[in-house]
Amino acid sequence: MTDQIVSILAATVTAGTPILYAALGELIIERAGIINLGVEGIMLIGAVTGFIVSVVFDNSWLGLLAAMVAGGLITSIHAFLTITLRANQVVSGLALTLFGTGLSGYLGKAYIGIPVTHPFAVQPLPLLKDIPVLGKVLFNHDILVYISFLLVPLLWMFMYRTRPGLLLRAIGENPAAADAIGAKVFVLRYVYVIMGGMLCGVGGAYLSLAYAPSWLENMTAGRGWIAVALVIFALWNPLRAMVGAYLFGGIDALGFHLQVLGVTISPFFLNMMPYLFTIIVLVMVMQRQGGRLTAPGALGIPYDREDR
Amino acid sequence: MGAPFIKMQGIVKKFPGVVANDHIDLDIYLGEIHALLGENGSGKSTLMSVLAGLYKPTAGKILINGVEKKFGSPRDAIANGIGMVHQHFKLVEPLTVAENITMAEREGSFWLKLGKYEHELIQFGAKYGLSVNPSALVWQLSVGEKQRVEILRILYQGSQVLILDEPTAVLTPQETCELFENLRTMANEGCAVIFITHKLNEVQALADRVTVLRGGKVTGVLQRDEIETKRLVRLMVGRDVVSHYDRKNVSDGQIVLEIDRVNALNDMGLPGLNGLSLVVREGEILGLAGVAGNGQRELAEVIAGLRKTTMGTVRLRGEDVTNLSPLEMIRRGVGYVPEDRMGMGLIPELNITDNLVLKCYQHPRFSGRWLLNNREIYNKSTQLVEQYQVKIPSLEQPIKLLSGGNMQRLLLAREIANEPKLMVVVYPVRGLDVGATEAVHKLLLELRLRRTAILLISEDLDEIFKLADRVGVLSRGQVVGDFNVEDADVEEIGLLMAGSAKGVENDVCPR
Ligand SMILES: Nc1ncnc2c1ncn2[C@@H]1O[C@H](COP(=O)(O)OP(=O)(O)O)[C@@H](O)[C@H]1O
Ligand SMILES: [Mg+2]
Repeated sequence: MTDQIVSILAATVTAGTPILYAALGELIIERAGIINLGVEGIMLIGAVTGFIVSVVFDNSWLGLLAAMVAGGLITSIHAFLTITLRANQVVSGLALTLFGTGLSGYLGKAYIGIPVTHPFAVQPLPLLKDIPVLGKVLFNHDILVYISFLLVPLLWMFMYRTRPGLLLRAIGENPAAADAIGAKVFVLRYVYVIMGGMLCGVGGAYLSLAYAPSWLENMTAGRGWIAVALVIFALWNPLRAMVGAYLFGGIDALGFHLQVLGVTISPFFLNMMPYLFTIIVLVMVMQRQGGRLTAPGALGIPYDREDR
Repeated sequence: MGAPFIKMQGIVKKFPGVVANDHIDLDIYLGEIHALLGENGSGKSTLMSVLAGLYKPTAGKILINGVEKKFGSPRDAIANGIGMVHQHFKLVEPLTVAENITMAEREGSFWLKLGKYEHELIQFGAKYGLSVNPSALVWQLSVGEKQRVEILRILYQGSQVLILDEPTAVLTPQETCELFENLRTMANEGCAVIFITHKLNEVQALADRVTVLRGGKVTGVLQRDEIETKRLVRLMVGRDVVSHYDRKNVSDGQIVLEIDRVNALNDMGLPGLNGLSLVVREGEILGLAGVAGNGQRELAEVIAGLRKTTMGTVRLRGEDVTNLSPLEMIRRGVGYVPEDRMGMGLIPELNITDNLVLKCYQHPRFSGRWLLNNREIYNKSTQLVEQYQVKIPSLEQPIKLLSGGNMQRLLLAREIANEPKLMVVVYPVRGLDVGATEAVHKLLLELRLRRTAILLISEDLDEIFKLADRVGVLSRGQVVGDFNVEDADVEEIGLLMAGSAKGVENDVCPR
């Protein structure tokens, strides 16, 4: 029985990791004041480029790098539309998702069913892996999982303990104020949106290079949307985003293991769970916050210096 | 006096449809307090936003110490020692005071060391008599405190030129005195202070030199010993202005609005009104003065049915109307001119007829069972526009293209057309020029003659003294003081207002 639980928990971590990367990416973007509903599309682009490059060059790290670049590139379209042209952010993001879905399907056509020769494999961490229970749950994974363990506290420290992090919070909260004190609002917004896009790309690549090393059309299966919801659930805080990502990962993992155990729950019901859960969590968060979300103040509002 | 530190030459700034600055020259010397005087819309803020690097001028140049500079952003202006306190504060509300100030530092360390920094700030502030609590969150501060944070930040950046855009608009008389003393200290330390205002007495109290703007042009530059009220007025307005309205007295009427010990929460869920009571009678204007943020919005919204009370009763002509819906309040004859005319009073994207019919479209005259009667609506709109002399190219224009004065006229027209028994007006002339202000005031006085009860909430004491029959002060969600306007004393009202501003000593400035 404990074995069962341990393996479910371990699977929780791997299932949560792609969501975590994407959520961290989206979190950075929203902290800079831009809503990005293109996460699903960016993840797919990341997944497919990562996959193609690692198959062609037989190098997963190269694939990962390509996924980051591709994620950043495609998100820079969103950045240009929303920051420079001040287009409607929701529309631009939705367009990005549609575009990314289509493009990834097209690019990946020839690669369906091909295996990756060297996916990111499980590398138990010496010493740490021997800690009872925890070792199996946390330290028996591939390297991308370990990187995400580091990324979360680093991002948190960056946001709350450093000067550039303070500026990141300021440009999303009140760009006019940041501008008035000499922050390069436009440049910074570009930087963070593109960086966020790169992380979303990594989230996608994790799916095709580690979680289920292969390419399938639409293989993100809604994880991008979960990441968007998760950022709200996390109240734009990376630590909470991690908790949230593992909650969703847990539901994923549980569903899979229950099936293996022969417990008969409709797969439709299980698939519904993450979304139901999102709604419940949002209701709870709203209530605790007295009906007000502590969203970055300028989220979704284009900034124009000469506007009144 | 030597050479000027800043020389602005032939500055032109055009916005779509307006020339906000039309070939303006301005010299600023270190160590002087320079007032920039002009009516609303005369281009003062625009000119200073150009100097602060926020707006790019259409033409003209800026010389600092004789060298031409191009400011691409506020960053460049700051690098040249120029800092500006904008009319709408540029502070990040959810952050602390220290975070807001350290954010502006150009060569700060990568890691934030807030503890040590807060300590330094307190000492730095004390040097200029600016006391702030560095670990307080900005949204918790009073307006006066926020202003101090802005000033402190600019000084901390090492700026030599401090621009303040209408700094006294939000302050009590006492806070104003304190600010003036601080500005004097800064000028004595060798800074240049540029001070935007449209109030003559402030120019007289503070300025070493004054530049007067009208319609985007400079109409005069006066030295300290040339500053004289009559002259300033003529330069500023181009004519003499009315200082009194003729008011016919209206006999005591029946009570229209009675608020009895009402409590309500503000948007942050904190107490906004604390057992507030007041009475307004037929044909009377009750003027409520007070520093913004002391329950003005909450009070108006409670009366309009937009905000729920948590305790107490609101009675309209004897009937208990506590917590009725806005529609029911409208039906009972409550008119409402909110402070935010673009956000709440009107719908900027809709055209003029749509806006005019917003509150009465259910009336059988304007709509059948399903469809609107557009002919009637059009007729009514044409009539209102003519009657209230709203200047518009066509009824099909979206309302956002109108000037502030015309917008306010339209809003008043709509509310008055509904023949209100009670009219609540909040900051009715904010942002309007002298002409539009007079028009709005005349409308309110006419309404009073028609025996409407009027509650006037304003931050402008002059306005209240000109219009109101009775005067009270809103302070911390209560009405304190109740005077007939003949017996009211500005000093005393100022003191009552000061009681509502946190962290201000109550000693009156001896000037
Ligand atoms: N950002 C802007 N966009 C369009 N028009 C503006 C803007 N800022 C100011 N104006 C217009 O320029 C003129 C001068 O405005 P402003 O400089 O704010 O005057 P003041 O500060 O003297 O009251 C006004 O007619 C105003 O409507
Ligand atoms: Mg102004």
